[in-house]
Amino acid sequence: MTSVPTPLSAKPAAVRLRKPVSVYERQKRWGWFFLSPWLIGFFAFTFIPIIASLIFSFTDFRLTQPDQIKFIGLNNWAKLFADPLALNALRVTFGFALLSLPIAIALPVLLAALLNSKYLIGKPFFRLLFYLPYMVPAISGIFIWQAFLNGQTGWLNRLLRLFGVVEPPNWLGNEFWIGPAMVLMGVWGVGNAMLITLATLQGVPQELYDAAKVDGAGAVTAFFKVTLPMISPVIFYNLILSVIGLLQYFVVPYVLTRGTGNPNGAAYFFNMHLYRTAFLFQDMGYGATMAWFIFLIAIVLTVILFATSRRWVYYAGGE
Amino acid sequence: MAAISQPRPSVVVSPYFVRQLRKFTALALVTLFGSLLAFVYLLPFGNMMTVALRDQESLAGGPDSPILPMKQLFYEYNDGQRVQRLEVFNVPIDGETRQLAALTKRRTSVVFIDPNDPTAEPITWEGNWRALQPAYVFQARWENFPEAWQMIDFPLLFRNTFAIAFIGMIGTLLSSISVAYAFSRFPIPGKNWLFIVLIGTIILPGQVTLIPTYAFFASIGWTGTWLPLIVPHFFANAYNVFLLRQFFMTLPRELDEAAMIDGASPFQILLHVIVPQSWAAIITVGLFHFVWAWNDYFGPLIYLLGKPELQPISVGVQIFNFRYAPRPELVQATSLMAMLLPVILFILAQRFFMRGVVITGVEK
Repeated sequence: MTSVPTPLSAKPAAVRLRKPVSVYERQKRWGWFFLSPWLIGFFAFTFIPIIASLIFSFTDFRLTQPDQIKFIGLNNWAKLFADPLALNALRVTFGFALLSLPIAIALPVLLAALLNSKYLIGKPFFRLLFYLPYMVPAISGIFIWQAFLNGQTGWLNRLLRLFGVVEPPNWLGNEFWIGPAMVLMGVWGVGNAMLITLATLQGVPQELYDAAKVDGAGAVTAFFKVTLPMISPVIFYNLILSVIGLLQYFVVPYVLTRGTGNPNGAAYFFNMHLYRTAFLFQDMGYGATMAWFIFLIAIVLTVILFATSRRWVYYAGGE
Repeated sequence: MAAISQPRPSVVVSPYFVRQLRKFTALALVTLFGSLLAFVYLLPFGNMMTVALRDQESLAGGPDSPILPMKQLFYEYNDGQRVQRLEVFNVPIDGETRQLAALTKRRTSVVFIDPNDPTAEPITWEGNWRALQPAYVFQARWENFPEAWQMIDFPLLFRNTFAIAFIGMIGTLLSSISVAYAFSRFPIPGKNWLFIVLIGTIILPGQVTLIPTYAFFASIGWTGTWLPLIVPHFFANAYNVFLLRQFFMTLPRELDEAAMIDGASPFQILLHVIVPQSWAAIITVGLFHFVWAWNDYFGPLIYLLGKPELQPISVGVQIFNFRYAPRPELVQATSLMAMLLPVILFILAQRFFMRGVVITGVEK
């Protein structure tokens, strides 16, 4: 038991010459060894790039002339707050986030409650159906919805006309409606949140409902006083992931509007501006500034959410 | 009086029956609501299928054109001198609807020929022809699929996507199993903090690492190759490590210890004790990665710009669909082809997927 770790315990005599190492020490070394892929990856692809991004934001770094990189102080940051496109993109991103968050939070709970209902026949089948769109590649989903939302022949507008809407909106061609259209497309993305919520719902102890019933609570009261508090941690988790996801919203508006963000910039999201600046115009210094700006916003929002979570998130385990 | 107070069996319902009736009503209502919701939720798929099967003529139809891929019926009428192409209408005559070809259309009357019996006397129908419904037959153009398949060079896209997804899957499995093993079994100083950092990377906005990473790959000449899409997966990822670690934690340690006493090295324990017990979790991680890589769009978009021969399905379909936007039937056909594999994989292996989602989502 004195050798350093070797995959096969061959030649113990040769190894015994080294300094004795305790079992704990040996296990620790193996631990670092098995951990090393992530440690290396974390530094190479996460930690160093985050720092490099911050440094880039104070330079005029261009990929085409990497040697001529110059330190330009806070110029990029000043530019960001005077860039009408960036400010509009920020407004679009936040407006859209406020519009879609209620659905991103409430719809999974509604679907999970439905799937958890003892009155639903064929639960596994419904679970499959509601999760299925989540598996559809974003690219396919966008083109499918583009046809579905087509102002003339799309099924949504045919349905609306059937219900008496004389002039249903031209969803994708109208600056007021393209936001709501993308919110609608977002309902296909709730599969994961729905499943997690469902699993949590199934874990709520039956005794709590029985106790509520004894105290005279109806189904609605039980839902708000028992179910919601018990699943609040999962709602919080969905909320955090949704907020971060919305700050990065890119593929849907980019493909839907062919990279333009039109009509009238109503679908020009912050990340599209970043992509255009950094990759189409090769202004990587300014792009890194935008990336760090979003990172700061994400940190602030996460801290705020965690701070408020103490008031409304209930951890049954008492953590 | 006694006879009157006697309960009449036909009116009085036992409490048991009331309960059953209420239960049945609830079952029916909830299931109906669920079905309706699922129907609306999945409507876009129907829209996709019907567009993918249309031909040019039925695509030209406006808001009132039939929902299904239909073809308007015409009848070639030969009156002895020339052949006329007549529109066929659904005509209500004598309480039944007949499909007749209109020879002359007027506002007050229409003269029809019966296509089944063209030599018979023409039928005159009183009324405005505009009030009549044109007759349609269902006609799906299945050739759209092979046509799109060839135009987009689907086999090439398929091979590219498969290679990127598969090699990345090997990478993420090797690295994530190793890291999860480290987190679940070894006394590493500061392990809890490291684990929090690992989980924290889940909520890191991807943009913040994007530009330096891209610049790094560009400087070593990797842009325009698959390497930036594959190599990072050999360095583990938070979701996969978390899922595998949770699974490894549930495995009894007695087996490891027994193997250790028998002189097995940590490598051998991982290979012969941990992995054979963990196939469910390993398959789950592999499937997740495969589907993720299949669907990934942003990575290939920036790293394979201008390299159509290397591009995967996601970018290939997008470029094709932009170019062929005036052919919506091809756009919908390619969209269907691109989603088929992940969706089928999911349906076949849904247990793995759903368990995996629940482990990563609930236990955190």
